[in-house]
Amino acid sequence: MASGIRDKVAILGMGCSKFGERWNMGAEELMVEAYMEALGDAGVETSQIQAAWLSTHIDEQSVGKGGTPLSVALRLPNIAVTRVENFCASGSEAFRGAVYAVAAGACDIALALGVEKLKDTGYGGLPTGQPGTLLPQWGANGSAPGNFAQLASAYRAKHKVSKEDLKRAIAHVSVKSHANGAKNPKAHLQKAITEDQCLGAPMIAEPLGLFDCCGVSDGAACAIVTTPEIARAMGKKDIITVKALQLALSNGLESSHNSWDGSYFHTARIAAKRAYDEAGIKNPRMDLSMIEVHDCFSITELVTMEDLFISPEGGAVKDVMDGFYDADGGVPCQIDGGLKCFGHPIGASGLRMLYEMYLQLQGKAGARQLKDPRIGLTHNLGGSPSMNVCSVAIIGAMGA
Amino acid sequence: MTGIVSFGGYVPRLRLQRKAIAAANAWIAPGQGAGAKGERSMANWDEDAVTMAVEAARDCLPGANPLTSRKHIDALFLGSTTLPFADRLNAGIVASALSLGANMRGADITGSQRAGLSALLAAFDAVSAGSASHALVAAADTRKTRAASPAELNYGDGAAAFEVGKSNVIARLLGAASSTIDFIDHFRGEGEDFDYHWEERWIRDEGFVTIVPPVVKAALTKAGIEAAAVDHFIMPTTFAKLDQQIAKACGIAPEKVRDNLAGKLGECGSAHALVMLAHALEEAKPGQRIVVASFGQGCDVAVLETTEALSRLAKRRGINGSLAHRKEEANYMKWLAFNGLVNLEKGMRAEKDNKTALTVTYRKRDMLFGLTGGKCTRCGTAQFPRSRICVNPNCKAVDAQEPFCYAELPGKVLSWSADFLTYSMDPPQHYGMVTFEEGGRFLADFTDVDVGSFDSGAEVRMVFRIKDFDERRGFRRYFWKAVPQVKA
Repeated sequence: MASGIRDKVAILGMGCSKFGERWNMGAEELMVEAYMEALGDAGVETSQIQAAWLSTHIDEQSVGKGGTPLSVALRLPNIAVTRVENFCASGSEAFRGAVYAVAAGACDIALALGVEKLKDTGYGGLPTGQPGTLLPQWGANGSAPGNFAQLASAYRAKHKVSKEDLKRAIAHVSVKSHANGAKNPKAHLQKAITEDQCLGAPMIAEPLGLFDCCGVSDGAACAIVTTPEIARAMGKKDIITVKALQLALSNGLESSHNSWDGSYFHTARIAAKRAYDEAGIKNPRMDLSMIEVHDCFSITELVTMEDLFISPEGGAVKDVMDGFYDADGGVPCQIDGGLKCFGHPIGASGLRMLYEMYLQLQGKAGARQLKDPRIGLTHNLGGSPSMNVCSVAIIGAMGA
Repeated sequence: MTGIVSFGGYVPRLRLQRKAIAAANAWIAPGQGAGAKGERSMANWDEDAVTMAVEAARDCLPGANPLTSRKHIDALFLGSTTLPFADRLNAGIVASALSLGANMRGADITGSQRAGLSALLAAFDAVSAGSASHALVAAADTRKTRAASPAELNYGDGAAAFEVGKSNVIARLLGAASSTIDFIDHFRGEGEDFDYHWEERWIRDEGFVTIVPPVVKAALTKAGIEAAAVDHFIMPTTFAKLDQQIAKACGIAPEKVRDNLAGKLGECGSAHALVMLAHALEEAKPGQRIVVASFGQGCDVAVLETTEALSRLAKRRGINGSLAHRKEEANYMKWLAFNGLVNLEKGMRAEKDNKTALTVTYRKRDMLFGLTGGKCTRCGTAQFPRSRICVNPNCKAVDAQEPFCYAELPGKVLSWSADFLTYSMDPPQHYGMVTFEEGGRFLADFTDVDVGSFDSGAEVRMVFRIKDFDERRGFRRYFWKAVPQVKA
């Protein structure tokens, strides 16, 4: 029986670039921006990094293939650099590589860096591409919002929620994230919005309007990890350790087998259970201080509250409307603004979520600092509801 | 006894209002206003002669499992002058979409407005000669027309299909005749989009009136019946009352002339004679004589007699059913856009390269054209696509799936969205998870849907449509989409 990752690896330092439409910055510059902050925070030199993982999703737009773009941008000392890609969960994948390398004892200090340069396409939204040679010949002519919007119709049908009630609940999800994002100087979108603005916004993919969709941003985020022993030896106090790292991937059941009802993420429930087991969390609604979830679209966040077993099945609408996930609620969600407002540079997002947890746990989150958080969860999703990659990571104070 | 065993019809749902055409073009073609009555059928952006032929053929060959119910078809003749491929057997695409077997004759019959009837005559010949036992005939046309042309008002889009055989014949062939004369009433040169027409009066008097009657008379003689015995006379033409004039010249009573459906359909090119024949079979009684003529560089004529078996033929959509399932379209701009007659701003998302890996297309042909998935012989789970390892989490048997066709199975919408972001010729793009009671599901594009017209739980049927175009290489891809089930 595997013993799991709990408290075996510590985060030594983290960094995150400003997210947004960084017209004057390429992926190389963004990587350096995030890295310099992490390096300073960790108190190490580049020469001490022994292995690195780079995550990007869209190689046509960002830095191309391979690990060399990171090695070159940071002038790494000819160490192993591996590029990972797992849809929008790529950032968590890079973190997993670095954490596991340290836990395995293969190296003392490892780097995970995620980056995406999305604003070089010439148009809004995510870039389009050909997913292989077979899928373009039969897959639905969809977009990310349309794929995630599928959740709404299935959720309404299953839980007998009216169109209007669900639309208002997902509007609240976005209003809350905008309120949080307004307090985050690194966020892409820093303006608060009203429920009416949200409900009246142009439709993107029924029922998702403009404010139900996250920002398409440029940005980079990174983590430097080591063992708790090394961190302590380096004089670090308030050590933040990894409690759980879980990844669950669809195997075609949702897309081909009629046992899935379309209203939730099959993978998220599996990854969450495993992560709670690994971290020793019995009651997530009580035990988690805060969560950062993959709110690519407001409806994704809403159903995820149930997938993480924080809201009861069918209870997310009520919890959301009750403000349970607001900054002053029971389990604050997206305290940094989330993908919605911090932004979604795909390869960086998983690491950006961890960055916010890391700041909060150390009391360094500035105007949005929560009171005494002990343990936080990140949920990083890639793909679409019927075919996806779901990462659930839990980090917290050493011993928590 | 060679004859028609079954038939089917298809007319696209959209009906372009002729008033809308005339109103948009009044500034340049003011003369069109008076005659602009009724409506013409209008193919959706994702329909062409191939997809319409498939729809008509499905109506002709009902059955839940095409893999078994269509096994007997051993020839397919496809008549059209608007086939999407100049060099690729279009009949082959239709055959794949229908899951017909490979061991059959397939031919595209084209080049003239009588191509549809010529295809039917070819089938009669093949079956009579014994080179085919059950021949399928399909005819479909979507002719392109210049904006503000008379053809734009007169033409329509539609398809018909027939199974020809020797047993269970509903209309037996009594006789046929043809003439071939290079009379150029219009032509369309290679690489050209539009027909070039000569003077109408000449076409009428020197063409139809001179060329058709002798062939009708010859066919009646071969059939061994008198003109007076004809119950239905099918004579497609866009000239008003010309059909009656020709009937008279042949000795057929004018009241026997069948409605050419000009008011509610328009003329469907080389398919029109067969569209009208299908329509006639929907309304004919056993023991009636039908004469069908089709003009085009000469003339083809067939004389048929319906049998008792006609009354036993299961009810089908046919032409009447298709005509009843309609949606008025009054947006002339949309018509122009669907037909590539206006240079539309499609946005950068439309720049996506749609190059197709043809090796994959061939390897997965039963999936892509036949909508065939798999059914696990171990646990019985039906699934799409077919895969080497069963998707049932409690089974996962390896290499245990046999082909299972979804094309004729009703589906249900589990989830959906109407997407304004993705590039679509007809936004919003509807798509969603379609599930099948027999097992299996997939995320499918929807077509022929109206915004706000359905929700989860809606019943759908699958249709074979154009998926997308590769304009750089002149290729188009086909796949199956979901359409709302028409309530009977």
